[in-house]
Amino acid sequence: MARTLLDKVWEAHTVRTLPSGQTQLLIGLHLIHEVTTPQAFQMLKDGKLKVRMPERTFGTLDHIIPTTDQTRPYADPLAEEMAVHMIRNMTEFNLPLFDMSTGKQGIVHVIGPELGLSQPGMTIACGDSHTSTHGAVGAIAFGIGTTQVRDVLATQCLSMAKPKLRQVRVEGALSKGVYAKDVILAIINNLGVKGGVGYAYEYAGSVIDRMTMEERLTICNMSIEGGARFGYVNPDATTIEYLRGRQYAPAGAAFDKAAAWWKSIATESGAAFDDVARLDGAAIEPVVTWGINPGMSVGVSQRIPAPESAPEPDRPTFREALAHMGFQAGQPIKGAKIDVAFVGSCTNGRLSDLRIAAEVAKKGKVAKSVRALIVPGSQQVAKAAEAEGLHEIFHAAGFQWRKAGCSMCLGMNPDQLVGREMSASSSNRNFIGRQGSPTGRTLLMSPAMVAAAAITGAVADVREILR
Amino acid sequence: MNTTDYKRRQMTGRGIPLPGNDIDTDRIIPARFLKEVTFQTMGEHVFEDAKKQNPEHPFNSPVYKGASVLVVGQNFGCGSSREHAPQALMRWGIAAIVGGSFGEIFFGNCVMLGIPCLVASQADLELLQREISRSPQSPVAVDVEKQEVRFGDRTIKATVPDGPRNQLVGGTWDSTAVLLEAGTAIETTARKLPYVAGF
Repeated sequence: MARTLLDKVWEAHTVRTLPSGQTQLLIGLHLIHEVTTPQAFQMLKDGKLKVRMPERTFGTLDHIIPTTDQTRPYADPLAEEMAVHMIRNMTEFNLPLFDMSTGKQGIVHVIGPELGLSQPGMTIACGDSHTSTHGAVGAIAFGIGTTQVRDVLATQCLSMAKPKLRQVRVEGALSKGVYAKDVILAIINNLGVKGGVGYAYEYAGSVIDRMTMEERLTICNMSIEGGARFGYVNPDATTIEYLRGRQYAPAGAAFDKAAAWWKSIATESGAAFDDVARLDGAAIEPVVTWGINPGMSVGVSQRIPAPESAPEPDRPTFREALAHMGFQAGQPIKGAKIDVAFVGSCTNGRLSDLRIAAEVAKKGKVAKSVRALIVPGSQQVAKAAEAEGLHEIFHAAGFQWRKAGCSMCLGMNPDQLVGREMSASSSNRNFIGRQGSPTGRTLLMSPAMVAAAAITGAVADVREILR
Repeated sequence: MNTTDYKRRQMTGRGIPLPGNDIDTDRIIPARFLKEVTFQTMGEHVFEDAKKQNPEHPFNSPVYKGASVLVVGQNFGCGSSREHAPQALMRWGIAAIVGGSFGEIFFGNCVMLGIPCLVASQADLELLQREISRSPQSPVAVDVEKQEVRFGDRTIKATVPDGPRNQLVGGTWDSTAVLLEAGTAIETTARKLPYVAGF
């Protein structure tokens, strides 16, 4: 019988079936950061446990670090304490840490693929829900909590149940001005924020096949926003070329052997899925969220829907969303005023994202009323962008060029919304309070659309600017 | 391992209803409270912003102080993987959650803490929430083993998938010891993987 990538990778990593019926799943790559690990290390110490396979865990600093002045100690004593704990724990347990001094620090989901740590056929876990990102290289990659981080450190395993598999096919051709971010927002709008609960997503179809690795990373990143704990794209020539020459990827003859294995773990033709969903890529226009979860979105030419358009149980959330956002049903999303523009995050903080934003930034200047931040996803992304002069384009247009980190995606560092500020953001969550202010408001969109909103001072259609 | 104290077959306590769908873990505990190297203070900040913005929030009501069975809507705990969310609920006093569906990472984190999350129908959830608001002092019995919730003279079906249910009922949800029992099978499995063995 034809098998899926999920079948093959799951089986290869199954240590045993536990008495509970769950799978004891081996974790091939464990990535950690400063926010969700100090308690896990403490649990190890309390239990007098060792790290089982120290060569399979890598760490970085991303969530709390400032993106302006990174001189230690950090201005925020709580952030400093978290950094101190992370560095101390990594040293004590002899685990590699990509800190600022390495030139390789960055958002954990940006540096994993960038360094070639994340590879096809692996199981990858990290104490962060956007670990689904790494599925883009053909891995089974998912977020876990801190007690599970303890388990991975202590046993290199997790107790897991294999999910059902839904293939999400996007066919056709995307129009100009429509990007991977628009595709995943359209998928989530279509299947719902809880549509993926109990499922993993296999992204396929001609639109996905043609995507670059960075675009696929954006797609898989937001699987969790659609309820799917992980999503993946089958390894292909794009995957292999992306990994060639990366620091932790195999080299020389080993690379060719690896490439052959990577191809062999892809889903076989004729494999059965628990469900198949189809989207027409040509029908997708630039997408903007108007509400308080990533499924509440419309095309930029459309109007904000009325609560009555939603199923009865979802209407209270719709009304809450309209009240929080200060929007009226029936109002066009285009023209909604913004105060802040943010390009960055594990969703859209890679070089190609910054290039697109820079292309739009060349068309104007940041509106006087708007504070605009460009936050590269990693030190390496920053370096590559600067080598191309992107930072100069941003500076000239009035954008702030920052250092690498999670920044305003979740506002754990000083990059936060103030009061009810409205943010045009290339990040992944528009939850109430997400960007640091309890009353702050977030409109999710592609980096191109964020740049367009920054220079317009309001939600704009980037297709009109790029025309 | 002595699992007696860990068994989560059944628990009884007062209920607290929290209507609404898609309540995310940022809402349960905003990110600014994650700047802690322990979980000790999490209970103080559960729903902090939601409580400030809504005086009617159930977690503000003295009536529900001491409640331990949380009754929610669909997709509760979606979003961030932060274990701080179930830690905050647990440290506030929540010992079991009944809802329509759960964010999967949140659900897994709850299992790791011995907090059962049970799935009931929308109609039964609405009924249960109504009954609890009408009679907040009445006990709600959450039976993980039998997969039902009892209150007054009513019994509703409330399911937990086999694997987590076996872990909770059997007292093996704190999984490190169970995983370590695999012994060298862990290394044997690793060595068969080409990316571990070397290509």
